[in-house]
Amino acid sequence: MDRFTTLEAVVCPLGLANVDTDQLIPARFMSRSRDQGYGSYLLHDLRFDAGGEPRSDFILNAPRHANAKILVARRNFGTGSSREAAVYALWDYGIRCVIAPSFGDIFASNAVKNGLLPAIVTEADVEALLDDLATSAPVLRIDLEAQSIGTAARRLGFWIDPVHRLQLLNGWDDIDLTLCHAEQIASYRRHRIDAEPWIVPSLRV
Amino acid sequence: MTAPRTLFDKLWDAHAIATREDGEALLWVDRHFVHEGSHHAFRKLDARGMTVAEPLLTIAVADHYVPTRGRPAIADPDIASMVSLLSENAAKSGIELFGLDHPSQGIVHVVGPELGLTLPGLLIVCGDSHTSTHGALGAFAFGIGASEVAHVLMTQTLWQRKPKRMRITIDGTLGPHIVAKDLALHVIATIGTGGAQGHAVEYAGSAISALSMEGRLTLCNMSIEAGARCALVAPDDATFAFLSGRPCAPQGAVLDNAIAYWRTLVTDAEAVFDREVRIDAGAVAPTVTWGVSPEDALPITARTPQPSLADPARAAAISDALHYMGLEPDTPLSGIAVDRVFIGSCTNGRLEDLRAAAAVLRGRQSRVPGLVSPGSSAVKRDAEAEGLDQVFKAAGLVWADSGCSMCVGMNGDQVGAGERCASSTNRNFRGRQGVGARTHLMSSAMVAAAAVTGHLTDIRSMDLLEP
Repeated sequence: MDRFTTLEAVVCPLGLANVDTDQLIPARFMSRSRDQGYGSYLLHDLRFDAGGEPRSDFILNAPRHANAKILVARRNFGTGSSREAAVYALWDYGIRCVIAPSFGDIFASNAVKNGLLPAIVTEADVEALLDDLATSAPVLRIDLEAQSIGTAARRLGFWIDPVHRLQLLNGWDDIDLTLCHAEQIASYRRHRIDAEPWIVPSLRV
Repeated sequence: MTAPRTLFDKLWDAHAIATREDGEALLWVDRHFVHEGSHHAFRKLDARGMTVAEPLLTIAVADHYVPTRGRPAIADPDIASMVSLLSENAAKSGIELFGLDHPSQGIVHVVGPELGLTLPGLLIVCGDSHTSTHGALGAFAFGIGASEVAHVLMTQTLWQRKPKRMRITIDGTLGPHIVAKDLALHVIATIGTGGAQGHAVEYAGSAISALSMEGRLTLCNMSIEAGARCALVAPDDATFAFLSGRPCAPQGAVLDNAIAYWRTLVTDAEAVFDREVRIDAGAVAPTVTWGVSPEDALPITARTPQPSLADPARAAAISDALHYMGLEPDTPLSGIAVDRVFIGSCTNGRLEDLRAAAAVLRGRQSRVPGLVSPGSSAVKRDAEAEGLDQVFKAAGLVWADSGCSMCVGMNGDQVGAGERCASSTNRNFRGRQGVGARTHLMSSAMVAAAAVTGHLTDIRSMDLLEP
């Protein structure tokens, strides 16, 4: 997994609340192989019209926000389905950080496992950021070690689960870590199945 | 003397293999359900050259992409490959598969409880957010992403941070024709779609004890729409009666021992929750959604909201939602014309849901086209044995095979652009049922009522027998 330390990049002030994972990637694209990338599916039905042409009134399509690597959204970003493809779509488009007051739990976990930073700021700070970005250059500097977001006008703190922070800073992969616990897992398994034999299903169907 | 614990604490403690200093615990997974969408995870497994750690604790079910008509043929090659890929991955890994042609095929969250694969006290995961459903039996069950699915396949464990604990106590009695779906939408509208984020929710109170198992499954299913990490109902005699004789449930002395343990799975009297919410069941009306988030839910007697009365940030969201839904502000919900109806899904595709819908449709005609997809192949057989299929067909609706179907549209069962659908499903997100589709969530009986009148309708206004 890629490490995340600092990022200075173009930001898109998306500003929407409740951006659910069905919007991040509509279900009809999820049978596609990821080999060609999922970036073109990101927010597909908001970005493109029925004819497949980019909507000029959708903020992510504005030339000012071309090559954005950061999104700023309102509350409850990534709510809904557990589809990790929502993170693949963000990642393949180039997004490395989403700033919002709250995230869907499963989305936040999926994001971190792919190296994407879900940065939590207060509702008031999101409003301040959106105000700043309406007038100033659309660039932010994110420092994960310091947990800060810098704009031309101000420097804000953000919150992230401390475990997620370490995973992103180090690029850790859970599986390597888990395999270090192989003996404990084997011992737990023996005891669990001895004590509660009914956990192993009898497949009488 | 141990400190008093909540039901959730007990389930957590029973599954924690190791806890790190930072608070993350390595949890044992008793049951792992996979479906066609788990293909990303199997690829990760292959990429590491690893095999499935516990094939006997892993169950594969074909539901997300399966066709609901014309089986076993699948016209779209992309969709066909998703279904066959699951079969290949299951065969290669020695995993039991309830595939397209299996008599136990159905939606994973209906099949698990129905077969007795879902049991109290189990930790259950699946790469699907509606895994919260299984908590209705007192299982610690939650949805995970593809990276976590891969982790469970490889190790039968998962790293998790313990969520906070929240209790939603619902006392009182639901009115006639008001069911778990109305209650679920009422709860979500009360606490918001993020209202239970970071929390394990336990439902308690007299209205929960009185709910059928099907109703508890519906309520726990919808809890993810309030952002809950998982949902729980403490197992009770109704739970044990439900499990009795289920094909994959324990039997005989093993079952007796299991029940003795399951009876300990209750919240201790002195245990403390991080958050408590109280709801009066008597205040719940037949509830429908008007917007594009499940929290956009109101009693059927209400009117669409007026952006001008909301705070500015919310006003814009309301205006956008009304625009997407093709609705004007301050419009009576009862009376909004629908173009089609859908009855089914892991939320409301069980026999009880089909019976409730059929009770409304019996001897009546649907004014709009519609699809009925039972939650499982077993539900389909049971419904047909009762003649429910004949009721739906006589009303003019299409009686189909089981799958996720029009809830998510992945198999091609979709609502057309601009079409308005009364739906017994779980998400009214933009485009969920198809590009430009307009979804109104409600109970299966309310969907049937909308079919009969052609518009959203208060079921209490219809001439029906007392339930």
